[in-house]
Order: sequence, then C-alpha cells, then structure tokens
Amino acid sequence: MEDQPKSEIMEDQPKPPPDKAKRRFLTIATGMVGGIAAVAVAAPFVSSLMPSERAKAAGAPVEVDIGKIEPGMMISVEWRGRPVWIVNRTPEMLATLPKLDEQLVDPHSMQPLQPDYCQNIHRSIKPQYLVVIGICTHLGCSPTAKLESGDESAMGATWPGGFLCPCHGSTFDLAGRVFEGVPAPVNLEVPRYAYLSDTRLLIGEDAKGA
Amino acid sequence: MFALFSLALLAPLPAFSAAQEIKLDRAPVELRDTVSLQRGAKTFINYCLHCHSASYMRYNRLTDLGLTEQQIKDNLLFEGDKVGQRMTVAMRKDDAREWFGAVPPDLTVIARSRGADWLYTYLREFYRDDSRPTGWNNVVFDKVNMPHALYQLQGAQRLEKVEVADATGEKHVEQKLVLAEPGQLAPLEYDRLVGDLVNYLVYMGEPSKITRLQLGIVTLFFLGLLFVLAYFLKKEYWKDVH
Amino acid sequence: MSKLTGLLNWVDARFPLSANWKAHMSEYYAPKNFNFWYYFGSLALLVLVIQIVTGIFLTMSYKPDAAQAFASVEYIMRDVPWGWLIRYMHSTGASMFFVVVYLHMFRGLLYGSYRKPRELIWIIGMLIYLTLMAEAFFGYLLPWGQMSYWGGQVIVNLFGAIPFIGEDLSLWIRGDYVVSDATLNRFFAFHVIALPLVLIVLVVAHILALHEVGSNNPDGIEIKDNKDPQTGHPKDGIAFHPYYTVKDLVGVVVFLALFSAIMFFVPEMGGYFLEYNNFIPADPLHTPDHIAPIWYFTPFYSILRAVTYPLFGIDAKFWGVLAMGGSVMIFFALPWLDRGRVKSIRYRGWIFKTALTIFVISFIVLGYLGTLAPTRATTMLVQILAVIYFAFFILMPWYTRIDPVKPVPDRLQT
Repeated sequence: MEDQPKSEIMEDQPKPPPDKAKRRFLTIATGMVGGIAAVAVAAPFVSSLMPSERAKAAGAPVEVDIGKIEPGMMISVEWRGRPVWIVNRTPEMLATLPKLDEQLVDPHSMQPLQPDYCQNIHRSIKPQYLVVIGICTHLGCSPTAKLESGDESAMGATWPGGFLCPCHGSTFDLAGRVFEGVPAPVNLEVPRYAYLSDTRLLIGEDAKGA
Repeated sequence: MFALFSLALLAPLPAFSAAQEIKLDRAPVELRDTVSLQRGAKTFINYCLHCHSASYMRYNRLTDLGLTEQQIKDNLLFEGDKVGQRMTVAMRKDDAREWFGAVPPDLTVIARSRGADWLYTYLREFYRDDSRPTGWNNVVFDKVNMPHALYQLQGAQRLEKVEVADATGEKHVEQKLVLAEPGQLAPLEYDRLVGDLVNYLVYMGEPSKITRLQLGIVTLFFLGLLFVLAYFLKKEYWKDVH
Repeated sequence: MSKLTGLLNWVDARFPLSANWKAHMSEYYAPKNFNFWYYFGSLALLVLVIQIVTGIFLTMSYKPDAAQAFASVEYIMRDVPWGWLIRYMHSTGASMFFVVVYLHMFRGLLYGSYRKPRELIWIIGMLIYLTLMAEAFFGYLLPWGQMSYWGGQVIVNLFGAIPFIGEDLSLWIRGDYVVSDATLNRFFAFHVIALPLVLIVLVVAHILALHEVGSNNPDGIEIKDNKDPQTGHPKDGIAFHPYYTVKDLVGVVVFLALFSAIMFFVPEMGGYFLEYNNFIPADPLHTPDHIAPIWYFTPFYSILRAVTYPLFGIDAKFWGVLAMGGSVMIFFALPWLDRGRVKSIRYRGWIFKTALTIFVISFIVLGYLGTLAPTRATTMLVQILAVIYFAFFILMPWYTRIDPVKPVPDRLQT
C-alpha cells in the first residue's frame, strides 16, 4: 500500500519529449533489416516450386537409336513429357526445302527457336535427319505428320510434304518451318542435341550443356 | 520439496536403462571428410546395394561428395543406368523373403533410425553361429536374418565366454569376440572401412545436413543484428511509458 | 500523402479499416506492466502463421497415400528445392506451438487470467488447445513412419474403451479394421483443412473476447476501474500499438533465434521433436519395442497408464481413458474452481503458491515418465502424481478460500 503514492508521483512527472529523429531512424532501420529477413524467408518457399530433382531426372537427356529409321519415315520419342520427332529425310524431300521461301513466315530461321548449329536451310546438324519438338507453336497441340507430297497426304496437289496441326490447321514444312496464313506464329522448336555416334543421338544436351 | 521430487524422479532411471545395456562403439562420423564419404559410397554400392535399396537417394546427389557426374557414371553406375536414377535394387521382394526370411530394409535413412554408433558396432560384431540358418549371428542384433556381407574383408569372429574378475575380486562371465579366421583386411583397416561406410550412411540419411548447419549460423547472426535494432527501438518508444 | 489519405477514406466509407485498426491496435489500451509471461500470446499467433504457410507448401509435394506417404516425405527432404527447410520448420513449429501454448496457459494460472470477467476467454482458449491436440494428432500420422502408425493405432483404440459404442466408434474413426490408407486420407483432410479452419475461427474469437474485456496483468488489477476522466482511457493503460508491437517484436526475434537454433542444429531434439523410429516406414505387422506418444501428450498418457485397477465391474482401460479425458477437460472448470479473493500470484498466500508449484512439478514429471516404458516403480510414482494432479483442481475451491492473501493495491505496481 505504501507503493501507491509513489506511482501517483511517477504519473505526474513530465515525460521527456520523444526524440523523433532517433525514432524514425530506428523504425526505418528495423523495418529494412526485417524486410531483408522476410525476403530471405520467402526465397526458399518461392524456389521450392521449381522442378524437383525427380522432375529433372525425368527430364534428363534421352538417347535414341536412329539407325533403324527407313528413308522417308519418322519416329517420335518422349523428352520432358513432349514428343520429339526424328525424320529421316530423303534427297527428294530435302530438295523441296529451298523452293518454299516465298510461302514461309521465317524461311531462314531468324527467330531463336533452334540452337545456333541448326540455323540453316534444313534446320539440323546433318541434313538427312530432322530433330524437332512436335508441339505446335500456336496453342500446344501435337501436329500430324503429312510427310508425302501432293495428293498422297490428302493435302492438295501443291503440298510439298510436312506437318498439319489438327487443332487449328497450322502447317509446317519438312524442316518444321511454319507456312504463311496459318495461326501458328513461328517455326517448330529444335531442341539441343548431339550425335554420340553415326546412329545414336542424345536429345536434350549438347557439348555446351543441357 | 524440489529435492524430494528430483530424488523420486531419478530413482527409477537406472532400473530402466540397465535393461537394455549394450555397449556401442563410437562411430567416426565426419561429414566434411569427402574422401572418407567417397570411400564409404563405394563400399556401400559394392557390398550393400546388392540386397538393400537406398531408394530415396539419387546417384547424381553424390556430386555433394566432390564427384562429377561423369565420375559417378564411370565408377559407380551399372552400364546403361542414368545418373539421375535412384539407388534401387534388382532383387524382388518375394525372393528376398524366401532367401533371408525378411525383406532387407531400405537403407536411405537407416542412420537416422538406428544411429551411427549402432551401425558401426553392428557391422563389426558379426560372429559364427551354427545354430542360425545363415551361420551368422550378431552381438547387437541377436538372431539377425542378415548374413555377414563383409565376411571376406573382416574374416570370421567367434563369441567366447571368458571368466573375469573385477576390481572387487568378484568373478563373472563376459562375452568376447575373437577373430577365428582372418580376412583380407587387418582389423584396423576393417574398422576404417566400416567407419567410412557408416559416415556415408549418415550423410545419405540427410544429404542437406552440412547446408543446414551453415545456414543456421548465418541465420543466428542475422537475427542477432535484428535483435539489437528491435531492442533499441523498443527502448526508445518505451521512454514514453517509464 | 493526400492521395493515400483519399484512398483510406474511400475504403473507410465501405469497410471499417481504420476503426478496426484503432479498436485492436492503436487505441486498444493494455496494462503497462506486462512481463516475460505476456509474450506467448503473440508468439502463439506467429507459430500458427508459420504452420499454415509451411503446411501449404508441404501439401504441394506430400502424397496422402499409404503406399507413397513415407517416400513423399523423403522426396520433400531431398528432391524438392529447400524442401528439407520447409519440412523442418513445420516439424519444429509443431513442438514449439505446444511449448508456447503451455507457457501461455501457465501465465493464466499465475495471474488468474481465467477469473471473472475473462471466463469465456479461458474457455475459448481451452477449445483452441483441444483443437490443437487433434490437429497435432492427425498431422502426426501423415509421415507414415512406425511411430506415426502405432501412435495412431493406440490413440484411436482409446475410443474403443467407451462402453457399448467404443468398438464401433474406433472402427468408424479408422474407416477400416486397422489404421490404413483410408485413415491416412481422412486424417489428411482433417489436418490440412477442417481443423485449421476451426483453429482460425477460435483464435479470432479468443482475441475478440480479450479485446472486449481487456487484458489482465501481473497484478491482477482491472485497469478499467481507474480511467482518466479527460481522455476516458485507463490511467495504467498504454496503446497496444506502438508500445506492445515494438515490445513483442523483441520477443519475436528472440523466439525466432531459439526456433532457428533448434531447427538448424538439432531438428530431432534428441528424438523428442522427430522420433528415431519414425524414420522406419509404417509396418502394420511389427510394433516397435517401445512406443510413446510425442512429448506434448505424455502427461496425459501417463495418467492413462496410472489407472491399473478395474472399478464397479468395468475394466481399467475404461477408467484410464476417463481419467485421461478428465485430466484435460478439468481445465475448463478452472474459472469456477478458483475461489481466491485475489487473482495474481503476487498477492496470493503460501497455500496457492505451494499448490501451483507441486502441480507444475507433477505435470512435468508425469510428462517425463510418459516417455519411458512403464516399470512397477514408475507406475507407483505416476499414480501418486496423478492423484496430486487431480487434487490441485478438486481441492481448489477449499484451499483458495482459506489462503492468506495479501492486500491488493488499486494501481499497477511498475
């Protein structure tokens, strides 16, 4: 009970005026360091949403034996959940490529949709073998192969051979280059790849990395 | 009052711990010793991975130990296996049950459930026991189903009962392991091999452990800085109150 | 600046933003003498946020499937970028939640925070505690290790002790004859959505009830009885913001340092936060040699094991379950059991101080003994401690009344 008057006295003592500059400095400093802490905590949460080791292992480069593809035929392999086409192009097929410049959006592959070593008329390392991701650049459907020219593909007499997307009718030639006047804006994408031997391909990785 | 309670609390303790007294040797675990971990990984893959899987561990994680993916591919993987693959085992579960009476457990996190010292002691204390189907028994794991996989390296031990007198002169029987047939490795070399293997098992139980410890130190320093600022901020505002 | 004020006015005309800020922060007057024990309320809120955020991220990679659950936890620990950190935050957070909540409840006992007019705050708090226990129990099954599995099995079987309906009840909880995939799936649903929602609602109710009557304090004096006639604010009260926000910030940083030290250096906490046997996948055919619940349940588990005699023709199992349930539920009655003339321990007499000390010691020792395998000696000790535990509550109306209390001042002693 004796304490009571004392606390009354304390109450009445005038308080020193707050040092506003010091307060502002401490508030801003604490806020900034706290903000850094918040970002540092958020970072692992954000990066936890990137592909896991399992996804990376499943998306690892794929080895393919191309020795058994007949001339004029193609195979499809899965890489990172997407189809990769490998077409063994005949000399006749290759001969169509230089004649199409007028009809194509990007005949010289100026858009960076292929590794540097595939920026050429046939869009491949060896002219004979086309390696391309079989996903339409319009909305992600997988086009159908219409490799044979003319009426044999039921594409009309002038069809030089190529691919037709069943979703919205986009057409591509035998180097995966998109024709003009279709919804797809750009050529099909060429993945990085390398020849392990004459008949073995590694898709998804080249000498420069994955 | 407190003293009385702490006495009552302590009294039942020795009774409890005496019941399962098995002396364990201390395992030489050093997660920063990558050379030891590499040797351990090699022993693990050559001797353990035939029957036991480590199916949550990927081969390419061994890059933690200072190996490149190419080295892993060349030295540790079977022909045609991928470096991102997990350490699985070809043996079928039903076959295992028939051969060993139990499916060999997955070893990925075995060091986290058993502890390094237990593993270190266990792998060094197999002994010949003709009453067991495998011909082997173990001091720390009585009637174990696993045969001594490192037998050729360690050799064969026998369990002998010896009568010893302690300091007070009281006699009692102790069990002692004696090396009956020597193996390819001298006892100290064998201990080192098992030490490396256990070191590797500890690493594999939690590959991120080193990162975890390093990050912990950084975090505590940072919180220390934040504490100083927060403390002075509080003090400044509370001048209004006191 | 004026643009910002304009936006604020626009919002305030449509939503009571400033009004709520004032009511709960800048013009909520809290007693100015809060001490160490008053940090744990805001810390509990912090841990709740940590658990919800880390939980959401764990859900993205966890598989509630008996065949995949254990592997998916290891997947998080190894393959998901930073998954190990998020998982350790969650597992450390689970135990730290109980550390903080137990200290928060002990504060209530020390200063009589459950007394009139705060009975409802205490009851809502107890409901939070019960929900938290259920939440922790459901979550504990999810890693699908041996301890998860057998712990789940034992606790679900406790319901089997209820006469007549028990067996059917535990069958209904499991959805199978043993704990199985069906159980795991429903526990997952409860753990990640049902109970977190209940928790959040209860926490909001807890804070609303607190801000209605105002905070208690270490002196147990109602600061609202002494208002400044000019301002209408309590003379011994200070605005929660900025004074307690900056003070709690210091507490938060210290707590996070402790939390980080555990999480980064000893996440298993010697087998108490993450049990060694839980690194073995669940095996329905083989029980581990020694099973015990995780540490925060062990005081009640001890009381369950203390009852070893059948009574009135009903077996000991039923009475054990009843005693265990009773040992938790009796906390609800606290506001009406305490007949003391003062609230705070500062003005209580020696009887209450002694009773509380003995109670806390018996609670801790019961908890410790609950982690051990029972022996005859420990069972005896547990029985004595269980009687002390209940005596603390049952004798409370009597000993608090005769307790020689000290006179209470009418202003805070700072």
